[in-house]
Amino acid sequence: MSLPDFDFVAAKSLKEASDLARERGNRCVFMAGGTDIIPLLKDNLLKGIDTVIGLECIPELDKLEFADGEGLRIGALTKLHSIQNSPLVKEKMPAVAQAAHYVASSQIRRKGTMAGNISNASPSADTASILLAMNASVKTYASGGGRTIPIGNFFTGVKKTCLEKDKGEIVTEIDIPELKPGEGSAYYKHAVRKAMDLAIIGVAAWVKMAGRKVGDCRIAMGGVGVTPLRAFNAEKLLKGAEITDELLEEAGVAASGECHPISDVRASAEYRADMVRVYTKRAIKTALETMKA
Amino acid sequence: MKRIIRFKLNGEEVEEYVQDSITMCDFLRKQMHLSGTKRGCEEGECGACTILLDGGAIDSCLMLAAEADGHEIVTIEGVMKDGVLHPLQREFMDKWALQCGFCTPGMIMSALSLLNENPHPTELEIRDGIAGNLCRCTGYAKIVEAIGAAAEVMEREARA
Repeated sequence: MSLPDFDFVAAKSLKEASDLARERGNRCVFMAGGTDIIPLLKDNLLKGIDTVIGLECIPELDKLEFADGEGLRIGALTKLHSIQNSPLVKEKMPAVAQAAHYVASSQIRRKGTMAGNISNASPSADTASILLAMNASVKTYASGGGRTIPIGNFFTGVKKTCLEKDKGEIVTEIDIPELKPGEGSAYYKHAVRKAMDLAIIGVAAWVKMAGRKVGDCRIAMGGVGVTPLRAFNAEKLLKGAEITDELLEEAGVAASGECHPISDVRASAEYRADMVRVYTKRAIKTALETMKA
Repeated sequence: MKRIIRFKLNGEEVEEYVQDSITMCDFLRKQMHLSGTKRGCEEGECGACTILLDGGAIDSCLMLAAEADGHEIVTIEGVMKDGVLHPLQREFMDKWALQCGFCTPGMIMSALSLLNENPHPTELEIRDGIAGNLCRCTGYAKIVEAIGAAAEVMEREARA
């Protein structure tokens, strides 16, 4: 399996990468770590590509910062390996470090990025669900001005995002709001193997308590629709209520009723929906157990 | 297109004329004649092509050779120093951690990267470190044992 012929351009700045992307249009593709793009090129799944625009040499894209009162800023080139092992991420938002660790293998995490994981837009991407539950936003650079895109608007279909290719739009950063006292989050991946496997389903939860009751919450489900999905009905049941085992079961049932899984080689649709019920309960429980005091 | 890249390969500065659309794995094997890096699944599943990029293990089938410009690459051929096998290589032999040997270079590169970062890994950390490397012969038990033993040897040698 050799690569088709293409030109590789290691862009030195966002402007250079974006301008070149506008000029080449559908004949080009951006590449950060390359762990998704290179297999797609080898399998000839990216038709008519004659230019690969490397982003690795753009220095400002590699960062991992935490600002008190705001949250975590993850640069587009920051490796999943760095996110998984960062003491800062592990302390401030352990579920994000866990989600990064769930991706593929250590070799892939040393090259692959979180920005690439979401830009590739697989419905079962491990980092997508936790970003959706934690209300992250995606910052971009584009000709005529970049944007801040709420993660809920970012995914538009299987392998599709709202990024505008004709404007040479590039993801520059992912921002995740900090967990405040009384807030917790968790992500669970259900897969056959512990590593190097795609999720059968994944469920992430973010919960904010107000006294004994749920003040607010978000539940995100991966691998059960064309994009990662929010379980809005389950969230509605939880908001304003006291957490009991019965309520968790009801929320799990609601979530499994609002996902749209398919049957494939990894699992049947029925099994996926039932696992959404189970893992919704587990994610909420873990979010509560790991809540910031 | 072709370009000139300059990078460090197994400790030596090299300058090579490379095709843009060649993977690091194919470049190492075909152009540098370093065939210790194996071509397995070619999509990052099997880890047979694992090398070190700036000290960390990556799949060379998922990297373009052109990306190496300005970086440091170590392959299995660069692990032995001054004619002396690395403790990982010795322990793989002593513990019978290989049968057909096809996965071994990749296993050793992943283990090397793990021990660089974490000199005292637990069994679980060792298993996580080689989760991206498939072995179809050994059942992994001997490999995990050999990496644990090499970590101990390396610690002893560092203290001596």
